[in-house]
Amino acid sequence: MKLVTAIIKPFKLDDVKESLKSLEVQGMTVSEVQGFGRQRGHTEVYRGAEYTVDFVPKVRVEVLADDADVGDVVDALVGAARTDKIGDGKVWVTTIEHLVRIRTGEMGPDAL
Amino acid sequence: MEFDTGNTAWVLTSAALVLFMTPGLAFFYAGMVRSKNVLGMLMQNFFSMGLVSVLWAVVGFSIAFGDGGGWIGNFDFVGLKGVGDAALQLPGYAGPLALTVPPIVFCIYQMMFAVITPALITGAIADRVKFAGWVVFLGLWLVLVYAPVAHWVFSPTGWLFQRGALDFAGGTVVHINAGIAALAVVLVIGKRKGWPREAMPPHSLPLTLLGTGILWFGWFGFNAGSALSAGNLAGQALLNTHLAAAAGMLGWLLVERVKDGHATTLGAASGAVAGLVAITPCAGFVGGIAPIIIGFVAGGACLLAIRFKFKFGYDDSLDVVGVHLVGGIIGSVLLGFFADTAVNEGGADGLLFGGGATLLNNQFVAVGATLVFSGVLSFVLAKVVDSTIGLRVSPDDEAAGLDTTQHAEAAYNLGDFGSMGRIGT
Repeated sequence: MKLVTAIIKPFKLDDVKESLKSLEVQGMTVSEVQGFGRQRGHTEVYRGAEYTVDFVPKVRVEVLADDADVGDVVDALVGAARTDKIGDGKVWVTTIEHLVRIRTGEMGPDAL
Repeated sequence: MEFDTGNTAWVLTSAALVLFMTPGLAFFYAGMVRSKNVLGMLMQNFFSMGLVSVLWAVVGFSIAFGDGGGWIGNFDFVGLKGVGDAALQLPGYAGPLALTVPPIVFCIYQMMFAVITPALITGAIADRVKFAGWVVFLGLWLVLVYAPVAHWVFSPTGWLFQRGALDFAGGTVVHINAGIAALAVVLVIGKRKGWPREAMPPHSLPLTLLGTGILWFGWFGFNAGSALSAGNLAGQALLNTHLAAAAGMLGWLLVERVKDGHATTLGAASGAVAGLVAITPCAGFVGGIAPIIIGFVAGGACLLAIRFKFKFGYDDSLDVVGVHLVGGIIGSVLLGFFADTAVNEGGADGLLFGGGATLLNNQFVAVGATLVFSGVLSFVLAKVVDSTIGLRVSPDDEAAGLDTTQHAEAAYNLGDFGSMGRIGT
């Protein structure tokens, strides 16, 4: 079992969601986050005082997947989130040690 | 010259009430946009208080109320030359139309109408307008579209006024004029990226309801102030205004509840505004239960009208066309049925009060003339601005939002990340 985590541009979320749905992914979690990579932030000005805002709004997408499906999930994410411009974000995969569905108590891949 | 101090006090007060409508409108709209575009929306409206006020003093008032014949004023009052003279008689305001308030007071009052009218357009073009482009369009539109139409309808020397078309407080001049202009600009700049597939929900309906309250309050100055006196007619206009807003809310909510299953807060706000829009041309010419009928019809009909944008594919973002254009037409046309000289002998009798179809016919002419003139000219102006300095932001700026890209500010710095660093000392 793997956890696929992606940081994407907020306006790409809809495309990513549709792309993952078409893979019959059973669920996803999204959160609004801020951060920076190579993309620069922007400047704000309040009564002449200028500030740099380094952290850019992004969306974090988390998807649990069976080992066999991870490649497809990553491909779908990358394909849907790409704009070919700086700031498109990243996708990474981590191994899950243990998984439980709270309602039924099912464990491991059954809980996916 | 002796002026009526009571009337003068009321018109001065009404000027302040009408000014207050523009921030009210700003918040009405700002609540409906996404949180990245709040300041952009507020700024487009607030900026009108700056630019239009100055333009009105410099040239707008003269074009609207100067003595240039039926179609347009002239440059007699450029820079408000002579307008401060209490002895000045404004062209056409003679005999029974003679002003009982000083001309400078009339000028101030009309200035506030000029400020809010172009601001109405911003709701239709939300989330995608380049500020520099808006600034230029706003100035051109005020001088070339608003001022002439105000002359036609409001000035006693204007051709629609002389023809006998009635517009108490601006159904044609304000609402139809801004509504059709909004549609024209939408057609030039196109739809928002992602519309209508992506959800673009209002970021703060409480702000929208607050703005609605301010609009409703200010509208008493807009309509009852248009009596230009503080007597029975102002009272009738104020009552009509209030009843139409109330009935507009009921009409919208009833249709919404039956059609969609819920009575919504945004529906209550929109219905009240639709009622206010529709009663605007009628306010000082109708009585009895007419304002309730007019408001109720407008509330229900505007709810149905806002669906047209999905059918025809124009992105009227916050329903300016559906509410102001449609509501303005409903009010202007219904006036041809409900106008009653028992309420205002300076008006006319509509179809239901023994006046025949003369007034109704004149109302159609006024509506049609405003639609064609404002629609065509607004489209041309928007095209010119769009192809020179640009009226729409880049796709990247649209995705990032107007607040940071156009104004270098954020509406809500609620987090406490300390993510900002001061540049320089």
